[in-house]
Amino acid sequence: MLNNNYQMNKTAAMESYEPPIFELSRTGRSGVNLPDEDVPNYDLEEMLPQHLIRKDLPLPEVSELDVVRHFTRLSQRNYGIDVGFYPLGSCTMKYNPKVHEKIASMPGFAMLHPFQPEETAQGALAVLWSLQSFLSEIGGMDATTLQPAAGAHGELLAMMMTRAYHLEKGDDKRNEVIIPDSAHGTNPASAARCGFTVRSIPSGSDGCVAVEELEKVLSERTAALMLTNPNTLGLFEKEVVKICALVHDAGGLVYCDGANMNALLGIARPGDMGFDIMHFNLHKTFSTPHGGGGAGGGAVSVKQHLEPYLPIPVVERRKEGENERYWLNYERPRSIGRIHSFYGAFLVALRAYAYILTLGPKGLREVAENAILNANYVRAQLKDHYDVAYNSPLCMHEVVLSAKRQKQESGVRALDISKRLMDYGFHPPTNYFPLIVPEALMIEPTETESKQTLDRFVAAMIQIAEETKENPELVKSAPHATPISRLDEVKAVRELDVRYEPLFIKENA
Amino acid sequence: MTLIPENLKYSKTHEWVRMENDIAVIGITDHAQSELGDVVFLSLPEVGRILKYDEPFGEVESVKAVSELYSPLSGEVVEVNTAIIDSTEVVNEDPYERGWLIKVRISDPSELDKLMDADAYAKHCEGS
Amino acid sequence: MGYISNTENDQKEILAAIGVSSTEELLAPIPESIRLKRSLDLPGPYDELSLLLHCRKLAALNKDIDSTLSFLGAGIYDHFRPAIIETLIGRGEFLTSYTPYQPEMSQGMLQVLYEYQTLICALTGMDIANASMYDGATATAEAAMMATDITGRKEVLVLSTVHPHYRQVLRTYLQWAQFIYKEVVPESEAIGEALSERTACVILQQPDFLGYVVSDIANIIGATHASGALAITVVDPISLGILCAPGELGADIVVGEGQGLGIAPGYGGPLLGFFACRKEFMRHLPGRIVGATTDQRGRRGYTMTLRTREQDIRREKATSNICTNQTLLALAATIYLCALGKNGLRKVAELVIRKAHYAHKALCSIPDITDPFSGKPFFKEFVIQLPIPDRDVCEKLLEENGIMGGLPLQPYYPELGNALLVCVTETKTREQIDLYVETLQRVVAEMTAYAK
Repeated sequence: MLNNNYQMNKTAAMESYEPPIFELSRTGRSGVNLPDEDVPNYDLEEMLPQHLIRKDLPLPEVSELDVVRHFTRLSQRNYGIDVGFYPLGSCTMKYNPKVHEKIASMPGFAMLHPFQPEETAQGALAVLWSLQSFLSEIGGMDATTLQPAAGAHGELLAMMMTRAYHLEKGDDKRNEVIIPDSAHGTNPASAARCGFTVRSIPSGSDGCVAVEELEKVLSERTAALMLTNPNTLGLFEKEVVKICALVHDAGGLVYCDGANMNALLGIARPGDMGFDIMHFNLHKTFSTPHGGGGAGGGAVSVKQHLEPYLPIPVVERRKEGENERYWLNYERPRSIGRIHSFYGAFLVALRAYAYILTLGPKGLREVAENAILNANYVRAQLKDHYDVAYNSPLCMHEVVLSAKRQKQESGVRALDISKRLMDYGFHPPTNYFPLIVPEALMIEPTETESKQTLDRFVAAMIQIAEETKENPELVKSAPHATPISRLDEVKAVRELDVRYEPLFIKENA
Repeated sequence: MTLIPENLKYSKTHEWVRMENDIAVIGITDHAQSELGDVVFLSLPEVGRILKYDEPFGEVESVKAVSELYSPLSGEVVEVNTAIIDSTEVVNEDPYERGWLIKVRISDPSELDKLMDADAYAKHCEGS
Repeated sequence: MGYISNTENDQKEILAAIGVSSTEELLAPIPESIRLKRSLDLPGPYDELSLLLHCRKLAALNKDIDSTLSFLGAGIYDHFRPAIIETLIGRGEFLTSYTPYQPEMSQGMLQVLYEYQTLICALTGMDIANASMYDGATATAEAAMMATDITGRKEVLVLSTVHPHYRQVLRTYLQWAQFIYKEVVPESEAIGEALSERTACVILQQPDFLGYVVSDIANIIGATHASGALAITVVDPISLGILCAPGELGADIVVGEGQGLGIAPGYGGPLLGFFACRKEFMRHLPGRIVGATTDQRGRRGYTMTLRTREQDIRREKATSNICTNQTLLALAATIYLCALGKNGLRKVAELVIRKAHYAHKALCSIPDITDPFSGKPFFKEFVIQLPIPDRDVCEKLLEENGIMGGLPLQPYYPELGNALLVCVTETKTREQIDLYVETLQRVVAEMTAYAK
């Protein structure tokens, strides 16, 4: 019995193979309607060095209709939140409000040039400044920058600011960053990019940071601790105040990976827990669309003592007579520098700004409460069918299950269960993360899903648990109802094919 | 059923050693290749490199994982199995024969005593 | 509201199923001492109508370059954006999808990225491209880091005609990773002297920041290679409709800003960094890569590949820390390049270069305006020198005449004196260019007379 809330292969378009657009190319076709030249037809060879004028340009030649059909059909072979439930743990796949798209496409926002004079962009600067102050308030921090283009970008910035802080104090021995083994891979990667050595600490038997383990590695070489709270198991780090104090006593800074802020909005703030610096993912907590992998937005908020190191320019506000005047401050001698060509992803920040206005303080708190409710509901409904990581009786906004039991009984793995979920019309949860849980399935329903959707998801998961006992082969060979089945990923590496080769065969070769 | 040939010695990090006079032929065990999955890339040291016991000397990659290779013995690399660099599947198919990785002229034969025999290694695998 | 679906009744049923009597019980793990004991001090809630009204007011405070005649360039361009792009990228299946880690449900986006990678290789003449970086500046910084990795060397040599913001980002990334940033003027002798066995790479921009085409690019690349360093070129993708692919000239890594490929300027973001390199450097490539393969039934499909370079697997040894990229903007660029195609992109490039030259001739014949780079070839941007302060001219052009005349260059290249960087794209008509020329002539005359 397949639970038909959605099946990927419903339309005829889904069944058929969509060739790469290059195969539709026909000499002479064009998909645009460009104006004629209205200036003199100057000779190219008088304007450019001849040896640099291009002889061939291997781009396709297709009509506008070809392009529209091709990409429309490709979209039909893709799943999005607008299509169905997307319980990816750690990604916060909540509904992306469409009014934000309307706002972001207003020419008064979309058609602004970053180099235009500040007086002509006061509305845009007001949005940036306001969002900065909203996020500082939400995080319990003193200042915010919107320059990072993604969470990992924000992590890198935080690492740079950490180094700057210590160096200014004459502390050049602090070369280590402590990171729990449950952390997202971007944490150690960002620390390493800044030249730090990573000290990994094992999580305790309750899934949280073991204070004794932390104490073992704290030293005068500690630059910072990077902590995700709630952590990647969806559990609140109960000892967070103590942890921050310990790191501070050792002379280090504490960084909060704010990917999981959806659990804390209006309830608790990293700044109040003792964190010095944190990042937000605008494309997670603040509903901006993921766009298939990006663009995102990664705001970084800091306490006062780190404010001087923020990247330039800093968006500021001052009073000019009766009016508020927004401006870009480049006179920041202690800044770590610049990490983006301009001011960050402005149109992404705009959407986050609109989201916060829509919700207001009460709405934000309700988001967190309902996110936590929904995750605990899923946990309660599935705990008899799947192992719950660390046997946690409660979770925050996400729950980590393990398919360890299923693997032992019939060899069915988390991967297989994920693929089988696709046959039921659901995008699978996050697999194999965090690394410390074997056969991990990380589920984050978010607050925008209804109980009915969760019930259907739970029913599918329970059905699959049954299938792993009665008919494990069905699960191991899933998916069966998608446009393609499991791909040969070994072949994808061994016989690397990362561009459409026929396009590059020279005609006279 | 993982294959553990009797005539070889094993490290706790799942490398095997076959002695040919003073040359140690080294590779990864059947247990290791099975845990790793299809090998798609090998990163091996150059001939002439001096290795120390338990020091990382290279990497073996599958599609979704990377494993460091740890030297079971100290010595100088005298030969590298360049033939399988472009046919990494050999490491999965035949880990103990054609899938050998490096040959090392060992500097301290007493280190062989630190390695496990087939029985001890079998127990080690059960534990992990 | 908050887009929450659950009703009070749903919440009651959920609480019962969990076995608690209130949500408060679920917050038990959070210590009392750190609980927020007040409401967040934020505005709102706004209903949809009030929100739109509020945002329209803010938008109205801005002068946008649709309604204001603009000759601003300097890395962000007002190029033609076909209508189909907005329609297609707005489709929910694309817009609201996640990274395609589960390929069976994401074939659409994976195929888009495969086609995008192909098109970037076609434009740049390189073997392999990734699925995007944040922007041209960070793509350049990542290219420099990649070069230090490949060569094992610590010095990065950058020409001073690379975009000033890109140079700042490079400096920032390199400094904090403890590499050495070295700047050099774009002259062969100076470059030759600056190259050494410590040089990991040379970074140059084509056309350069001021719009000029580097004629002896092949020589610079040759000298770079001779010293064992890698050649990194930062390119304008529209110029590649008419200029030689850097791959043909020997570049090892090609990066740039893809905003001109159908993406709105957006006050500087989100943008699109493209990144391509030679086959032999593939394992050092940062970012996501999509590859083609087959499924169990032999059907062609696409999947993310060469994953062991990435942060979730390699962690601190990853080729980059990048995770989220700019996929939706890569989709926009893919649609743009397909719609324009071979003929369209060439035509745009020709329109652009001819309009820019028309404007250049007209502007340089204004009395008291000089051409500091007379005779140097350029593509869509060029420099004119003014007899009066560049900022003041721009202010007068904008406030009294509604024209954004270009970028004042004093803050970036003070050695040029009072100068403007003027950009002309295919979106400017002859009438608009003539209007600009007339207006500038009048303004210059007025201000010169006033100054006397």
